[in-house]
Amino acid sequence: MKRIYVNEEWCLGCHLCEYNCAFANSGLKDMVEALKGKPIFPRIHIEGNEKISYAVSCRHCTDPICVKSCIAGAISNKDGVIVVDKNKCVGCMTCILVCPYGALALNENGVMQKCELCTRNSDGTPACVKGCPNNAIVFEER
Amino acid sequence: MKSDESKCVNCQRCVSLCPTRALKIVKSDCILRENCNWQNDTIREVYKQANSGGVLLSSMGNPKPMPVYWDKMLINASQVTNPPIDPLREPMETKVFLGKKPERIERDKSGNLINNLPAQIELTMPVMFSAMSYGSISYNAHASLARAAEELGIIYNTGEGGLHEDFYKFGKNTIVQVASGRFGVYENYLNAGAAIEIKMGQGAKPGIGGHLPGEKIVGDISRTRMIPEGSDAISPAPHHDIYSIEDLRQLVFSLKEATRYKKPIIVKVAAVHNIAAIASGIARSGADIIAIDGFRGGTGAAPTRIRDNVGIPIELALASVDKRLRDEGIRNNVSLVAGGSIRSAADVVKAIALGADACYIATAALLALGCHLCRTCQSGKCNWGIATQKPELIKRLNPDIGSRRLVNLMTAWKHEIKEIMGGMGINSIEALKGNRLMLRGVGLNEKELEILGISHAGE
Amino acid sequence: MELEGKIRIPSGCAIAAVISREGNPIPGNLISEAMRPMHDRSNGLGGGFAGYGIYPAYKDFYALHIFFDSRSTRKDCEAFIKEHFEIVKAEIIPTEKNRAITDEPIIWRYFVSPLKSTLADLQLDEKEFVVRTVVKINSEMKGAYVFSSGKNMGTFKAVGYPEDIGEYYRLGEYRGYSWTAHGRYPTNTPGWWGGAHPFTLLDYSVVHNGEISSYDANRRFIEMFGYKCTLQTDTEVITYIMDYLLRRQRLSLEEAANVVAAPFWSTIEKNRNIPERDKLIYLRTMFSSLLITGPFSIVLGFEGGLMALNDRLKLRSLVVGEKDDRVFMASEEAAIRTMEPNAENIWAPAGGEPVIVTLGEGVEN
Repeated sequence: MKRIYVNEEWCLGCHLCEYNCAFANSGLKDMVEALKGKPIFPRIHIEGNEKISYAVSCRHCTDPICVKSCIAGAISNKDGVIVVDKNKCVGCMTCILVCPYGALALNENGVMQKCELCTRNSDGTPACVKGCPNNAIVFEER
Repeated sequence: MKSDESKCVNCQRCVSLCPTRALKIVKSDCILRENCNWQNDTIREVYKQANSGGVLLSSMGNPKPMPVYWDKMLINASQVTNPPIDPLREPMETKVFLGKKPERIERDKSGNLINNLPAQIELTMPVMFSAMSYGSISYNAHASLARAAEELGIIYNTGEGGLHEDFYKFGKNTIVQVASGRFGVYENYLNAGAAIEIKMGQGAKPGIGGHLPGEKIVGDISRTRMIPEGSDAISPAPHHDIYSIEDLRQLVFSLKEATRYKKPIIVKVAAVHNIAAIASGIARSGADIIAIDGFRGGTGAAPTRIRDNVGIPIELALASVDKRLRDEGIRNNVSLVAGGSIRSAADVVKAIALGADACYIATAALLALGCHLCRTCQSGKCNWGIATQKPELIKRLNPDIGSRRLVNLMTAWKHEIKEIMGGMGINSIEALKGNRLMLRGVGLNEKELEILGISHAGE
Repeated sequence: MELEGKIRIPSGCAIAAVISREGNPIPGNLISEAMRPMHDRSNGLGGGFAGYGIYPAYKDFYALHIFFDSRSTRKDCEAFIKEHFEIVKAEIIPTEKNRAITDEPIIWRYFVSPLKSTLADLQLDEKEFVVRTVVKINSEMKGAYVFSSGKNMGTFKAVGYPEDIGEYYRLGEYRGYSWTAHGRYPTNTPGWWGGAHPFTLLDYSVVHNGEISSYDANRRFIEMFGYKCTLQTDTEVITYIMDYLLRRQRLSLEEAANVVAAPFWSTIEKNRNIPERDKLIYLRTMFSSLLITGPFSIVLGFEGGLMALNDRLKLRSLVVGEKDDRVFMASEEAAIRTMEPNAENIWAPAGGEPVIVTLGEGVEN
């Protein structure tokens, strides 16, 4: 299955992936309208410092511990993509505690959200990958 | 958010990366009082020198409004009396071999032809990436050029900074340069490439050497240049073993001996006033290829006054060299490579028609890598990761992207060259070489036309 | 309007040729008549013929055919020739008045032999000396133009339609083992006799239909070797290229064809015969500036044979046919049928593949 991989060698820490993610998931057509003056809740996060940086997002584990930990049955494995049903999520944050990668977070409404490989919002290439100026985030089979 | 206009070099990095296209760089309207003679830049330069007492430095090619002869030459096309050829239907050949061609054929005892050709460079299209040293440009820029050259079946050039150990594997697509500083030159280096280039001069700074300050000679660069960390890398203006043409001949043959006559030798010279006579001398020196670099050629750093005032345009230099070598019957002794601001496929076609065997490009290649021609390479702070050695900037240039963009650019040019050739009814690049009937001048005076060896449009 | 040489004049054309493999004599009017059905391929602004084996009595002497614009030019030119050559015969070339042929120059022929002393002085071989003399007269002597300079062969050309020119020169009175013919369709010419074709140098003659796009690349290269392209025509430069490759470099006809109409690199790379492939790569690399591009069909005449060749894309028509000992070549089959209604094995040679016919041998293709 194609997954998102990051390569810290080329990550410039520019945070464009965060903006592209938040915009892609906003459902709006205009980035300024979607993001300007608002706190943003991307599903990918840049970690690191001035020397080294890298993007963190869900790795879509083959044996995802978040799915097992969910008390509401809101997280499921859909053909390999780990997805959240926000109607079922009760916001207990257990998944956040168990994820070894720190890939999950709450959205603006206090409900869990995570990277779903842009399966619900775009044309197949995740927005963070498409927008990365230095090929530091790739979407490929490994 | 604030910006400090005094520090902005107009590299356009911020503009390019902004996802909402919210930024634009505008010319400050805070300028000195207008004066046609004492222009803004001229006055600022005086202030700068009054402050520093130093020689002004600049980079990339001469930006002055000098004539660009490429733009005053027009290309022919077939109509009625002979047919244009459609490159989508018919083969259209761009392969060239650079190197000396013997005067006569030879046969063995049974009458078969003997291959008596000296070593040649084979190119899939008549364009090469010209010399840019490791040091003047980054590791990633070199990696991009080397990988693209390999994929394209063309050649890149190490420049005078030696060959990084990681790039020996691209040897057959590499020209190794021997310049006056002789940095990184040793036997394996000479034998590593497809050809050796003796750099006598550079179009952006004819008659001037180079100086890479000691603070840049660190780590890999020190190792590749084979000089101690922290020592200044000084390329003298002349080669101190070449004070005349017969000395050049000795170096040519020393290099040939060192490589057992398996590598063509290129002599690169800046286009200067008596370039035809110089080229004639080089053509008789044993060199296989002459590379001529015009005065608009780029540089990582050159004294401003030299860059803007020394040398001559490549178009005129190329035309007069090609003519002189033909007049003397020695054009086949050497191949000619023209460089110094070849900007497009049309420039390549015009250069070949004037008489070049191939072209060198560098500025166009850097543009493909992201350069926005802000002309501040000399600061070493290239925002695009090209002309810098700062790790955090170098990493901005991912060679995966860089090499792909170079391949794209050259592929596009190749398509365009084929289209233009097809229009002329020429289906092989060798039939374009020196084919000056395919060019006409516009807005040129008699003397310029005479030197270019072309007729005026309408004639 | 400017003469040939002052300006480059593209043209379309008709060509035809015939040879007897056994060297049997063929009267010149056969080839002249062959041009009649191709009348529309010419426009009356030039035509001509070359015949081989037509001067058996003077076969050891160079036959110089020369146009003069005046008696005084002829006198000067003759004096110049006499300095270095023995002239064994000098005469007016017989012609017959023809209503369609006008503005005739003075047309003479000289059977000559270079003086041994001159050759020794200049350390030149005989042929090279003749070539230099011809080039000198044509480029430097105003009003004189040598249009034929081979041994036991001759060129006959004029402004007009080829069939009229054949009658004008009384070609029926000549017998040769091979003939070539040309009818010209220049797009722009004042009609100068010297500009008509065939173009010849020594015993090489070229008739050509096409307009080559490589002209200036070829010209500027070949001029390095002492040739001067005074006419600025394709035919002239092709003749010089052939002379350079065949006489100076001593390439075989096939090798020369592989230079001027070199196979495409892609074709060469596919060649499984490694020595053959290497040879083709060598020839293309060595003589890259002699590759001819653009449309052409040519017939090269030389002592003892003919070679027909098309450009490598076959952008011009060329057909070949046979009957008994004779081989025919022409732009159109109609011309072949005029010479031999029962011609056999008519075929159109592929682009870049030479058809070579030599005396006493078969047809090589």
